[in-house]
Amino acid sequence: MDFGDSPEEAAFRAEARAWLAENRPMELEAGLRRFAARDRSNVHLPELDGVDALQASKDWQRRKYDAGWACVAWPREHGGRGASQIERVIWEQEEGIYARLSHVFFTGIGMAGSTIMAHGTDAQKAAYLHPMASGEHLWCQMFSEPSGGSDVAGLLTRAERQADGDWRLNGSKIWTTHAQIADYGLLIARTDPSVPKHKGLTMFILDMKSPGITVQPILQMSGRSTFNQVHFDDVPLPDSARIGPESQGWRVALTTLMNERLLLGSTPSTGVPELIDLCTRVSVGGRPAIEDSGVRASIARWVAQSTGLKYAMMRSISDLSNGRPIGPEYSVGKLVANELIQQVAQFAFDLQGPAGAMVEESEELSQFMAVLLDSPSLRVGGGASEIQRNIIGEQVLGLPQEPRPDKDTPFNETGARQSRQSAGPDRGGNDGG
Amino acid sequence: MIFEFSESQLQLKDAARKALDRECPISRVRAVLEDGRPFDRELWQFLAGMGFVGAAIPEAHGGAGAGHLDLCAIAGELGRALAPVPALSSVYLAAELLMQAGSEDQKARLLPRIADGSLLVCVAFSEGVGQPDLHHCRTTQAAGRLSGEKFPVLDGGIADMAIVPAAGPDEDMPSLFIVDLQGEGVSREALTSIDPTRGLARLSFDGAPAEPLGVKGEAGRLLDRAFDRAAILLAFEQVGGAERALEMATDYAGQRVAFGRPIGSFQAIKHKLVDLFVDVTLARSNAYFGAWALSNDAAELGLAASAARVSASEAFIHCATENIHVHGAMGFTWDMDCHLFYRRAHLLSVALGGQAMWQDRLVARAADDRQIAGEG
Ligand SMILES: Cc1cc2nc3c(=O)[nH]c(=O)nc-3n(C[C@H](O)[C@H](O)[C@H](O)COP(=O)(O)OP(=O)(O)OC[C@H]3O[C@@H](n4cnc5c(N)ncnc54)[C@H](O)[C@@H]3O)c2cc1C
Repeated sequence: MDFGDSPEEAAFRAEARAWLAENRPMELEAGLRRFAARDRSNVHLPELDGVDALQASKDWQRRKYDAGWACVAWPREHGGRGASQIERVIWEQEEGIYARLSHVFFTGIGMAGSTIMAHGTDAQKAAYLHPMASGEHLWCQMFSEPSGGSDVAGLLTRAERQADGDWRLNGSKIWTTHAQIADYGLLIARTDPSVPKHKGLTMFILDMKSPGITVQPILQMSGRSTFNQVHFDDVPLPDSARIGPESQGWRVALTTLMNERLLLGSTPSTGVPELIDLCTRVSVGGRPAIEDSGVRASIARWVAQSTGLKYAMMRSISDLSNGRPIGPEYSVGKLVANELIQQVAQFAFDLQGPAGAMVEESEELSQFMAVLLDSPSLRVGGGASEIQRNIIGEQVLGLPQEPRPDKDTPFNETGARQSRQSAGPDRGGNDGG
Repeated sequence: MIFEFSESQLQLKDAARKALDRECPISRVRAVLEDGRPFDRELWQFLAGMGFVGAAIPEAHGGAGAGHLDLCAIAGELGRALAPVPALSSVYLAAELLMQAGSEDQKARLLPRIADGSLLVCVAFSEGVGQPDLHHCRTTQAAGRLSGEKFPVLDGGIADMAIVPAAGPDEDMPSLFIVDLQGEGVSREALTSIDPTRGLARLSFDGAPAEPLGVKGEAGRLLDRAFDRAAILLAFEQVGGAERALEMATDYAGQRVAFGRPIGSFQAIKHKLVDLFVDVTLARSNAYFGAWALSNDAAELGLAASAARVSASEAFIHCATENIHVHGAMGFTWDMDCHLFYRRAHLLSVALGGQAMWQDRLVARAADDRQIAGEG
């Protein structure tokens, strides 16, 4: 057990630090910190006053890529540094707030990249991984549909084989983060409706510039628009864009979904330190809130959860770097972090009394409202908390599954298109298809 | 960075698990409970013989000199087995205090006997209802003799000696003393414990001869530190117990059928068990960080200890409580083992000061250290 650096790790850290000292875009730091205080996700493009954040993100990603600091744990041949998982953690600790400039690429690097590395052809790896790492290509994930996100294997979008062996796509995806700026999408579609729902799916790489695609931004309750609905109207898809065998898409999707949980579980921040700061400044019963025993009891539980979360994630890294399969700790990350973030934001809101309800001038106070308004999305996106609990309950604790009436029925006999029947929780891939 | 026990520590843990499965099945814990014995002396001797009791005591003082990580690994197994032994008082608290504050003579005299299991030492810090106040006490000391009352004292009824904070007539700050509990001026009375396998007692001192331990006036500082160290070891025990209670509940939920399906397939039960698993996972991770801080005497020790303590107490109580619930009325019977976990979880959650005290300590430390899950 050693939570400190070994000599080699210390050397790696020093190297990272030296490079960052020379290269980080310091002029963006204050803006990134302001954005970070309001947005707890780690897949969003930052919003920076008076700065083209997409360009700034691309510039930073490219600079890292050229120096071998983008995707440090990827193999060199794919654009990485070939570093260990522990070194990746060290890099992330050192990169700190500037990682926000890479978040917009994480759907690609963290999800599509891992999926292509595991299931793609050599040609696909050669074509897509380098530009993904360098930030030249921005990716989105196209799984969820209007008919369902938890039960994603019940999706309706059709890819139909043409006489020439290529495909044609019709249907619609929804809640697609960053579809409006993405170059490519990782897309799962139904290719065979005559078999049970998990068995007729195929995974594709979709070029977002293909004809027949329309992207409609969706206004969210927070007033932002990070996700979209995407319509497909006879979109041509070459067979070379297929990832993995036909009808084996669910197996491929499981890789994506596992990596998605991993990505969304390593939340950059829970808001607990900010809450402690707030508690030294507002008062309860005439004394600083931090001195109130009720306040302390709540904060203590959240501090213990935050530290527990942090070390649970570190322990999973240990497993990874020892070649063991990723431990169950990863699956608790997303569940705990996202519920914690909302609770902390609601507590901070209440501490301010009636003033909590007003949109404050002060950055320090308004951050809590921003997180409060954004936090419902965290518990739903990337697999809702209930689905995460099903996954842990069934895959980690080995508890019996719920009855799933549609699991073994050919998809086109389930009546799916007319009315959605109750279906099992599949986003986590409990069935394994 | 390595966030896992070493191969040899994992082997030790495995050996401890096997030994305790064999020597301390739950039936043996129940026998202690039902016989009204305050602890299992033979088991303690067995554990001492295995080198478990003195794992962190230096070889020069009769221990195995293996260090605190080994002791953490063992503590987890003691907790899992609900071993009815005085590890918290004699090892996590008393031996630690002696190692930190004892004179060479005291260490040479007492540590080897603690390590071989022949000497039991308790630490008497409570003076009645309320969270322990480590920096003040009513027990007095004059001319090397103690007067006052300490209760409840864990293992006070079975210990040979006690480490006791007391203050002189004009002193604000108490000092620590070692008292021979078989000597003159000491009377003791067994108290009924929520967990009768871990006995409590009232110690009354009336001019009992006392030998100073550590620097005068330093009881508060020494106990503060000893509590942090003990909290980490105890957290491993608590996590071990929590894990086993969760296993019991999970096994039962997979077998018991209601409305034509296993109760574990109902989300109300499944999700409850997952929440327990989450608590255990976070508590174990905090305990691991604590183990590292303990074995390296790291600056983060205070934060690590209080986070480990707060989450371990919560995890064990949560698991033990819901384990009964998942078993239905059967869980409420004397003959089901659920209540052994429930009793132990509650005893351990207050034995070193309750949640209110540790939540307070945690926030005080966290306010000084903003690195908790912060973003670079
Ligand atoms: C901010 C944000 C960004 C997103 N970005 C993307 C993206 O980039 N790409 C993408 O493909 N998707 C994306 N999503 C979609 C996301 O994956 C889905 O919203 C999610 O999987 C839930 O699906 P749903 O919205 O259809 O809700 P539903 O599946 O209809 O669920 C509604 C409620 O029912 C509960 N529920 C469903 N099934 C069960 C069950 N078996 N047991 C118990 N409760 C159940 C859910 O937990 C939820 O509370 C995003 C979502 C959000 C909020």
